[in-house]
Amino acid sequence: MQWETVIGLEVHLQLATQSKIFSGSPTTFGAQPNTQASAVDLAMPGMLPVLNEKAVRYAVLFGLGIGAEIGMRSVFDRKNYFYPDLPKGYQISQFQHPIVGRGEFEIQLEDGSTRNIGITRAHLEEDAGKSLHEDYHGQSGIDLNRAGTPLLEIVSEPDIRSAEEAVAYLKALHSLVTYLGISDGNMSEGSMRCDINISLRPMGADTLGTRAEIKNVNSFRFVEKAIHHEFERQADILEDGGTIVQETRLYDADKNETRSMRSKEVANDYRYFPEPDLLPIVIDDSYVEALRQQLPELPTQKRDRFVQQYGLGNYDANVLADSRELADYFEAVVAGCGDAKIAANWVQVELLGQLNRGELELASCPVSATNLAGLIARILDNSISGKIAKQVFEAMWQGEGSADAIIEARGLKQVSDSGELESMVDEVIANSAAQVEQYLAADEGKRKKLVGYFVGQVMKLSKGQANPQMVNQLLAKKLQ
Amino acid sequence: MHDRTVAQLMAGLRDKSFSSAELTRCFLDRIGALDEQLNSFISVDEEAALAAATAADARLAASDAGALTGIPIAHKDIFCTDGMRTSCGSRMLDNFIPPYDATLIKRFNAEGAVTLGKTNMDEFAMGSSNESSYYGPVRNPWDTNLVPGGSSGGSAAAVAALLAPAATGTDTGGSIRQPAAFCGITGLKPTYGRVSRLGMVAFASSLDQAGPMAHSAQDCALLLNAMAGHDPLDSTSSPEPTEDYTAQLARQIDGLRIGLPKEYFGEGLDNATAGQIDAALKELEALGATLVEVSLPNSHLTIPTYYVIAPAEASTNLSRFDGVRYGHRCADPVDLHDLYTRTREEGFGDEVKRRILVGTYALSAGYYDAYYKKAQQVRRLIKQDFMHCFEQVDIIAGPTTPGPAFALGAKSDDPVSMYLEDVYTLAVNLAGLPGMSVPAGFVDDKPVGLQLIGRHFDESRLLNVAHQYQQATDWHLRRPASIAGGAA
Repeated sequence: MQWETVIGLEVHLQLATQSKIFSGSPTTFGAQPNTQASAVDLAMPGMLPVLNEKAVRYAVLFGLGIGAEIGMRSVFDRKNYFYPDLPKGYQISQFQHPIVGRGEFEIQLEDGSTRNIGITRAHLEEDAGKSLHEDYHGQSGIDLNRAGTPLLEIVSEPDIRSAEEAVAYLKALHSLVTYLGISDGNMSEGSMRCDINISLRPMGADTLGTRAEIKNVNSFRFVEKAIHHEFERQADILEDGGTIVQETRLYDADKNETRSMRSKEVANDYRYFPEPDLLPIVIDDSYVEALRQQLPELPTQKRDRFVQQYGLGNYDANVLADSRELADYFEAVVAGCGDAKIAANWVQVELLGQLNRGELELASCPVSATNLAGLIARILDNSISGKIAKQVFEAMWQGEGSADAIIEARGLKQVSDSGELESMVDEVIANSAAQVEQYLAADEGKRKKLVGYFVGQVMKLSKGQANPQMVNQLLAKKLQ
Repeated sequence: MHDRTVAQLMAGLRDKSFSSAELTRCFLDRIGALDEQLNSFISVDEEAALAAATAADARLAASDAGALTGIPIAHKDIFCTDGMRTSCGSRMLDNFIPPYDATLIKRFNAEGAVTLGKTNMDEFAMGSSNESSYYGPVRNPWDTNLVPGGSSGGSAAAVAALLAPAATGTDTGGSIRQPAAFCGITGLKPTYGRVSRLGMVAFASSLDQAGPMAHSAQDCALLLNAMAGHDPLDSTSSPEPTEDYTAQLARQIDGLRIGLPKEYFGEGLDNATAGQIDAALKELEALGATLVEVSLPNSHLTIPTYYVIAPAEASTNLSRFDGVRYGHRCADPVDLHDLYTRTREEGFGDEVKRRILVGTYALSAGYYDAYYKKAQQVRRLIKQDFMHCFEQVDIIAGPTTPGPAFALGAKSDDPVSMYLEDVYTLAVNLAGLPGMSVPAGFVDDKPVGLQLIGRHFDESRLLNVAHQYQQATDWHLRRPASIAGGAA
């Protein structure tokens, strides 16, 4: 049978506040265990939460970024359950009245097509601590540094239909939140964690199948693999006439499998009720409007502008608009060299290629946008060929200075002097009697192919510096 | 020295009739001599108290003194005290020494007040007789066979027995007013949010409020001056400006309209107590007040409403006591479940367990709407009842309790009859209003309390009425014969 995958994602996004959502403790990643846990984070008796206003601002910015309804009066609730790394015995979350209501979100797939994914809601909550089971001689250690870190839980509608769409959704989300500056989006440090709700149904069916929830998948690649694996697992069961159990499953990246954590049937009753230690968050139109004014140009807006302003293809524009830094870099290169298409090509192929190979962030890129623009300018004014330009780029990457300095120092300037080129062309023709004969005997169609040999010889003779256009013209004239 | 009001002690310290060290020594000696029979203190740190007194004397000598500098005060053992055990009357926190002070403690310390010790209380403030304390019951100084009321029974008994000139308490459903009534002292539960809850071990967050317990309304006003105010670390504390709560004490009360809710004078009120309350109201009338009958039609829903909301909040507030980070932990847990269940089984007493069970049930899926949500709706109605009354009257008055103090053990096996003790006080907490209990006579040598209820943030008015009443009566000056003459 043909199965349709139905996926909804819950993303826990760590907000980039300096301090925790309900205490003044810092949120810096990687500190020594329990050095960033105050009396509030430890849930000492009598301690009370105080809301970090920045977390509210970030949540509203997110809501505006997806055009969602903003909860003008949102309420914190207690979600009650016992766990050693949950110090209060409840998590402060939002249940009935989240700060961000329904919104929508556009994703773009590899083929350039776009889809809208519904956002059900996004709410503020605090993170729990971590239980550490190794190195404690059979006991468990509790690290409460993470306890109280602000999270925005973003819940999508079951609108996602494939692993590819899921990844595209997460990438677009990542792009959006980093544009907004509300999260560093660092998945390896857990700043963006994903729960996947997935069910299958016969292609064309209206009703949803029973879903499984896969918890805490922490990279784009794992999301893709976990969905593929879960699809196979569920399809196997259904095709054998079995039924899917609604349950929580854990993705094991080492084994590339999901396994059952707990069945929802015996799940906790969280006994949600309004948190009496906090007042409802009441915001007004002017608060929202002030934040709306602060919204930067968002990824999709930037992409559309790149298409329109620079004549780029949708896919290229999407890649370049993926992060604010890259988009800014690209636009600086365009400003410096004046040719958006060549700039787009260099940024995407050479620059991103080098960054990926070196596993570098753009921030630590050794070639500045000004230098890349300077290099492209030399291509455009025929000072160097595209091929030489790659050498120059490589030298710039090694820190040898600007394109002009490198071209000068290495004597890479393109030879465009017609006299000099003519003597080289003559030399090549003189040394290639057999090829000349073959050429002259060939018809027009074949000649086009054969001329490449002569061009190549001239380039070799000139150490790649001959102006290929002029060489072609000269050859055409001489080989009559 | 020990039988003076805070106001008198302040004067004595200022005119150097005695030092804070002498005063503190006097009360410490009385505690040492008399508290064995009352059990009103859980912890007393003589050394720390005397050191604070010496520091206060230095401030007094340097004319750098605040209003309460050098005044010894007993704090209910629900307020966290840096470096001093804070047990909340529970085995669960028998070993708990906080590394911080509650905001209220900080404020008293900043004033230069001297902490005499930490007073006994019902476990986690759950009780109306002080019999649920892990440290044993407190006895009523007027008759040691009687309960002192609860949950701030230790504070009430200590003040009544002149072991401390004043004390702090907390009131979630009557826990300041009822023991104040039973012990013949004056107690004030301020408006919800008037005094910071930070560092006060939580029972029911939306109801808990700290307040002063002392001999007179004037003393309560002096203490409230130190306690009241916005605390940025307690989101529910009010930004409403405070005032000098002594400023209005002397104001005449002629023309004051006092509402008498007919529901507070009907069935269930002990006849002799009713007689004392009537006499007190006549006294107020004689001072120029007008008595107006009013109605709080949802009064009959107060107890069920309270006993859904308070246990619901308590059930989750007490989840943090899990044996993981502090407090009691059972010996040799075999696994996590064992750690939780045995720690909580051993650490909590019966009344606390009962309320955790009730509260957990009320919040459970399928019951939430019927219990918790409904109770919140009724709570709004109860508050509206008061708001309607305050359109007609300035304050509301009635009995604090249905009758005087009862014998130890008389109600400890019957939770419902114990809960009925708070029938007149609970609604004030549900509505977030300020309420007072003022000594208003005796029934069979047992003190009776007159309850005064005010508008939100109208503590000054309550204190004014109570003070005027105390100018005209001497009930608040009566002392229990058995211990009044003790040591010192």
